[in-house]
Amino acid sequence: MKIAVLSGKGGTGKTLVSVNLAAVAKEAFYIDCDVEEPNGHLFFEPKPIGSEKIVIKIPVVDEKLCNGCRKCVEFCKFNALAYINNKLIVFDDVCHSCGGCMLFCPEKALTEQEKMIGQVQYGNSENVTVVTGILNTGEASGTPIIKKLLNYAKREQAITFIDCPPGSACIVMESIKDADYCILVAEPTLFGVHNLNMVYELVKLFHKPYGVVLNKCLEGENPAEKFCIEKGIKILEKIPFDNELGKLNSNALISVREYEKYKELFASLLQIVTEEVQHEAAVNP
Amino acid sequence: MKQLLILSGKGGTGKTTLAGAFIKLAKAKAYADCDVDAPNLHLVMEQSVAPKRTDYYGLPKAVINADQCIQCDLCRQNCRFEAINVNDKYKVDYYSCEGCGVCETICPATAISLKPAVAGELMLYADENVFSTAQLKMGSGTSGMLVTEVKKQMNLVTKDAELAIIDGSPGIGCPVIASLSGVDLVLIVTEPSISGISDMERIIKTAEQFQIQIAVCINKYDTNLVNTEKIESFCKKLNLSVVGRIPFDSNAVKAINNGLSIIDLGCTSGRAARAIFDEIVKILFNES
Repeated sequence: MKIAVLSGKGGTGKTLVSVNLAAVAKEAFYIDCDVEEPNGHLFFEPKPIGSEKIVIKIPVVDEKLCNGCRKCVEFCKFNALAYINNKLIVFDDVCHSCGGCMLFCPEKALTEQEKMIGQVQYGNSENVTVVTGILNTGEASGTPIIKKLLNYAKREQAITFIDCPPGSACIVMESIKDADYCILVAEPTLFGVHNLNMVYELVKLFHKPYGVVLNKCLEGENPAEKFCIEKGIKILEKIPFDNELGKLNSNALISVREYEKYKELFASLLQIVTEEVQHEAAVNP
Repeated sequence: MKQLLILSGKGGTGKTTLAGAFIKLAKAKAYADCDVDAPNLHLVMEQSVAPKRTDYYGLPKAVINADQCIQCDLCRQNCRFEAINVNDKYKVDYYSCEGCGVCETICPATAISLKPAVAGELMLYADENVFSTAQLKMGSGTSGMLVTEVKKQMNLVTKDAELAIIDGSPGIGCPVIASLSGVDLVLIVTEPSISGISDMERIIKTAEQFQIQIAVCINKYDTNLVNTEKIESFCKKLNLSVVGRIPFDSNAVKAINNGLSIIDLGCTSGRAARAIFDEIVKILFNES
């Protein structure tokens, strides 16, 4: 069972929800796909069991073989190649590693070399296996790391929580592709609603079953709740605005491991989500 | 024209709320929302005119003409993005295709062509002020290119603005890197949580790699004083100026939900934003 936790807007509580759900499960995998700013490992402080470098392939030119025909420059849609002062120059940062330049060079002057863009770390924290993708600073795209993380997730049978990056762009889409269920986390502001609407459209587009967790709920009107009621979206849980929970979270403590009341809260949420997934499997096998 | 970019690393620390406040305080004639993935600035900046809308074309997408396809499988074998699927016919997965053109060139039957694809929409509000923003289409890539277009659009029509205020996106990847080009100062809005600190360290590193001057402010500082002090001493070590602390203020939520800025309410967070803005102006205009 794979559950993706996403939000559109940053800072609504994706990591809070996915970390605590994983921690309250009997045995779980927590996979941090927010490779630009991974935070789950700060909570779990996992005992390392291994790591893996993530590399992409970047073209290199053999100047003795290059005759300056510029076929590669004309081919590259990403403008990652230029021929300046009788020299072929490669701009690593914008290269998408499609391999086209190498494939179509008539002189076979291009080969590929590996470039490390980040890593995946594996570790244990009590009942949770923690897998974290980390993009190196200055690198533009974490997609290759996310693909690696999700390939790993594919193999796992245990309940798996995927902590997604914010937004609704290509990397979020990658993160939810294999999910059995999506939890959308929203906060009670106009910003929250606007961004909830985006991920709501995204999960609908990919025909994923979904439900919403309303976080930081204050007394009075809640625009996010209103939105869910209007659209007929299932509200899985309302987490009240809570200074104590906020403090635990700001100190990177896992609240279900600290207090019984939070354990109850997230155990009940996990139960609801599990039932939703089972229901979905029965209705749409 | 000086450009101030607001970033945070972590999402939800208050970038847009502060950007909205600064735009009002500066009476800014030029501003932009570079968070093309989840733009929100337009929700708090009331506009008197309708925007000029332009389709944004990202990279093209490959399309296979089934009548011409000879099922040689070369396209599938050479696609690095696993974008070509075979059931009974060869088909391109629209969302996986990055538009590189390898399949088009390698196809011996010329059955594949690249078709332009709309990946988002640019919006430009221009009256006495210029506001440039955009929305990336769901599931699209190339957000960095769209960010560059948002800034280009703002710069093209802005004439005599002294200061442009740019709201950035969370993270450290392509949209953030694209937003960094040409800015004079990055203000990093952080919050006193272990997550916020970790993300701040990564965005500082990123901005430093592009050699851009950095200032830091701490939002909701009073929710964790120990961590606030950690942030301040970290910045001191790196010689970065901490330009202010903003207290937690439930009025901020009220302001946003009513489409207002925190400075409109005369609340504690609004006053702190005002003081931070004064510091920013000093850094931007007194040094040169």
